[in-house]
Amino acid sequence: MKAVRFALRSFGRELRSGEVLVLLAAVGLAVAALTAVGFLTDRIGKAVARQANEVLAADLRLRSQSPVPDEWRALAAEYELQTADTLSFPSVVFRGDDNALSTIKVVSELYPLRGAVRVSDELFGEQREVDGIPAAGEVWADGALLARVGANVGDVLEIGELQLTVSAVLTYRPDQSIGFASLAPTVILNIADIDSSGLIGEGSRVRYALLVAGDESNVAAFNEEIQGILPDEIRVRSQEESSERAYNAADRAQRFLSLTAVISLLLSAVAVAMSARRFAQRRMDTVALMKSLGATQGFVITVSLVQLMLLGVLGVAAGSITGYVAEELLASVLSDLLAGSLPGTGLRPVILASGSALVLMLGFALPAMIQLRNTPPLRVLRHDEMPPAPSRLLVAGLSLAAVAALLYRSVGDARMLLILIGGIIVIAGALYLVGRALVAVIGRARSGVGVAWRYGLANVARRGRDSAVQVVAFGLGITVLLLLTIVRTDLLEGWRASLDENAPNHFLINIQPHEVDAVGALFAQNDIEVPTFTPLVRARMTTINDESVKEREYPNRDGEWLANREANLSWSAELSASNDIVEGTWWALDYAGPPLASIEEEAAMNAGLMIGDRLNFTVAGRDVEAEIASIRKVNWDSFQPNFFIVLSPGALDGMPTTFISSLRIPDEKQPMLIDLMRAHPSISVIDLGAILQQVRGIIEKASLAVQAVFLFTLAAGIAVLFAAVQSTIDERRFESAMLRALGARRRTVFAGVMAEFAALGAAAGVLASAGASVLAALVAVQLFDLPYEFNPVIWLAGVGAGILVVCVSGFFAARGAVNARPVDVLRGAPA
Amino acid sequence: MPDRPVSNVLEAHQLSKEVSSPEGALTILKQVSFTIAAGETVAVVGPSGAGKSTLLALLAGLDLPTRGHVNLNGANLSDLDEDGRALVRAESVGFVFQSFHLVPSLNALENVMLPLELAGHDDARRAAREIIDKVGLADRWSHYPAQLSGGEKQRVAIARAFATEPAVLFADEPTGNLDSRTGENIMELMFELNRNSSTTLVLVTHDNGLAARCERVLALDAGGLVSDTRAAA
Ligand SMILES: Nc1ncnc2c1ncn2[C@@H]1O[C@H](COP(=O)(O)OP(=O)(O)OP(=O)(O)O)[C@@H](O)[C@H]1O
Ligand SMILES: [Mg+2]
Repeated sequence: MKAVRFALRSFGRELRSGEVLVLLAAVGLAVAALTAVGFLTDRIGKAVARQANEVLAADLRLRSQSPVPDEWRALAAEYELQTADTLSFPSVVFRGDDNALSTIKVVSELYPLRGAVRVSDELFGEQREVDGIPAAGEVWADGALLARVGANVGDVLEIGELQLTVSAVLTYRPDQSIGFASLAPTVILNIADIDSSGLIGEGSRVRYALLVAGDESNVAAFNEEIQGILPDEIRVRSQEESSERAYNAADRAQRFLSLTAVISLLLSAVAVAMSARRFAQRRMDTVALMKSLGATQGFVITVSLVQLMLLGVLGVAAGSITGYVAEELLASVLSDLLAGSLPGTGLRPVILASGSALVLMLGFALPAMIQLRNTPPLRVLRHDEMPPAPSRLLVAGLSLAAVAALLYRSVGDARMLLILIGGIIVIAGALYLVGRALVAVIGRARSGVGVAWRYGLANVARRGRDSAVQVVAFGLGITVLLLLTIVRTDLLEGWRASLDENAPNHFLINIQPHEVDAVGALFAQNDIEVPTFTPLVRARMTTINDESVKEREYPNRDGEWLANREANLSWSAELSASNDIVEGTWWALDYAGPPLASIEEEAAMNAGLMIGDRLNFTVAGRDVEAEIASIRKVNWDSFQPNFFIVLSPGALDGMPTTFISSLRIPDEKQPMLIDLMRAHPSISVIDLGAILQQVRGIIEKASLAVQAVFLFTLAAGIAVLFAAVQSTIDERRFESAMLRALGARRRTVFAGVMAEFAALGAAAGVLASAGASVLAALVAVQLFDLPYEFNPVIWLAGVGAGILVVCVSGFFAARGAVNARPVDVLRGAPA
Repeated sequence: MPDRPVSNVLEAHQLSKEVSSPEGALTILKQVSFTIAAGETVAVVGPSGAGKSTLLALLAGLDLPTRGHVNLNGANLSDLDEDGRALVRAESVGFVFQSFHLVPSLNALENVMLPLELAGHDDARRAAREIIDKVGLADRWSHYPAQLSGGEKQRVAIARAFATEPAVLFADEPTGNLDSRTGENIMELMFELNRNSSTTLVLVTHDNGLAARCERVLALDAGGLVSDTRAAA
């Protein structure tokens, strides 16, 4: 109690003296970086999730074969949620003698609740987002439909008993499916028209849906409540279960940001540890004095801990305000770039950052404080008496526990956590060993150099263990900065490469075998590269190793679903460019033996399939047996036609086959699609442009966020370097004063200090480059499923950055020490 | 406080101190024994490296002897752990150091308050103000160590040492960093404060004049006690 009172009372004096500012700054910076990263991650995460929600056009969708009863609408209203109704069914649309099968989408006032519908005022005209829905008596119709019936904006279409005017060309609706389910072009009409259409009657295949959206927690609560009581015929779908692709991208973006947050966190940890060490060192004399005056160990540690906590509180307060303000600025800059504001966040990031700061301080500052407690009182008489170093086990245990606790929240899965922590330990260990080796080498090297270098290098050697520790610290700082740079550029490049400007923007499906040549010729006529036509055979799997697919046990429900649904099979002599064999071998180009199959990796895992398993299919009443020869990894983002199951050539000969294709049609050539659709009315053309735009949007957002967050990480890294140099500043002041008293010129002393920093920086840079390359490869392969390419520039950058950053911050940090008047320093020993 | 009055406030029994050095174990204090009665003023003299500071550290319980033991105000320091020795110091020991050892982040008054607060005094501030007045720094109490001269710093240190009215006051070359005039003034102050309290004074010094003003002189050489002289008076 006495100690707490004393700590509180003397805290003001400590603050006034400015001695604790280094630690305060480290904690403040850590919290600022974490808060800003946290806020940004949260916001971007929400923005990305919202984008994924567009796939449903809502946060939640209740779907049924009959109208969704009003009670659910009322319940949603109780949760202050918005609702909209949709009906969809296939119907034939007429214009004069022409007609085409369409998907009729009937919508009510607020549709879509998430995302926006885009239209253009003429076929292949400029797209724009619209608010609201078509007026009663009007429709928005898909360009493909208009092309097929030879209509344009302003014309009248007949749908059932209705005569409806086309008021715009529908180019995008958020809930358009990417899969093969909705092939027919869409017409959107107002729900007010539906009663008089005569289309809804006995036997019509209408799907009703109630869309629900609103505040995140309300949606969750509503979803919770309806889970148990919803009748079987109504099925709920939330965003996580919707579009695979958008969700994948969102998931990656989240991980990407989390990784950045992790890196800021590690840097902060290093900065806190170093400044805590200095904090403890500066207090050592005072602690020895207090002990000689009768202070007990308990008193000393209580005072230190209470003051540490007070510093933490101050740091957290200053840091979260700074972080919050910085993030607000960033977010406003970002939302300009992103068109549309980012959703706001609650106070959660502040709370998380404060919690993290607390864990950081416990894990990284506590050992220094514990050491302080053991300061021998004899130090008042013999200044070189030091407390015994804190137990390595304790230091390692505390800091690893803290890192694991903090990382687990960001990384979220144990395997990744182990990889990261393993990488950190390996690098730190390697850095330390090589740091020690370097110290030894430098000790020998110094006989051959001039006086300044000799002094600098001798310093590195003399500080032995300390130098090695500094190399580790610098090295770690540079490692994470490098890693971030690699991850940011390499991985973003990886993404962009898989989704570049030349990615296909149209899918053609349902091409009959006899149409293939004519379609190819049409493209050739229009100077469009003739795409590959991939065969597709619809089949049903019957048995796996002679066991019925219905009775078989599967590792999970996705696998069961895969085995039981209608399967799209293809065959090919060559492996598609977007595929990689992960197990087994692909068949030879001229293979003509019994049918073989190649299975997509994840599908194989879900269905529990292995190389050598025999699969039986029925196709149009005939049986095909194929043995699994290989397992493939598929890059689904490539927008190439891809299949879970591909068979060897000849296996499906004579079976009913259609062809599919994907290709890029430049904007200005898109009108040729009208000719295509008129000449081959059964071919479906799917415009991927809008979907591509959606995926790109997500990636752009993620990369912008990462670059912004990078700034904070950079700041945290520089803080580490400053803390490291600061921790030797007293010694340096004294030495420099002594050398100058002995007649050394200031320039010579300075050159010596710079030589020391350059040696430290180069060593740290070499090690950081090695470490960062290894870590980046691990992260790319394990976390992002992207191939990693070795980049030698990293080594140049690493060593260069090491020397530059250490020398520059060393310059600023050590300038005061070198410039101090010798007489002040030498006289002013302990006060 | 011990419950029986003790006449000998300090007893050194066969004190030896060995330290390890690159050349093996080194004995820096050899079987030193003596007793000091309450209220005595004792000078410890000897050439540099004789072991004076080492002896002082053992007497004050800042360090433990390799062999032998110290009784300080009735407590055997070797029987106590570090916290126990700290409590003994809080109760009955004051220090004045050659290089002052003021806490740079505390002003003069706060430095003097420090041992009072550690000993749990109720009104540390008032007691500290009183003693600061006595050492002649009434108008400088709010100054920080960096703003004080060497002599002034040592006055603050002396005020701090006497603030708790300790049974024993140890001083290790208190004038070593001061010019001779200032040093004399400082010593004058110490002896005066000592006269007005019943404090025992143990003073390490190189200054023969100073040693002569003490009632008793212990001479050390090469770690051994070579003479123990009492002033004729
Ligand atoms: N921890 C230690 N390790 C090694 N040697 C030590 C240690 N402590 C003291 N010594 C040595 O013991 C001897 C006595 O030291 P001490 O500081 O007691 O001398 P002193 O009489 O106070 O000298 P001075 O008048 O110079 O202050 C010295 O030679 C010193 O180097
Ligand atoms: Mg000495």
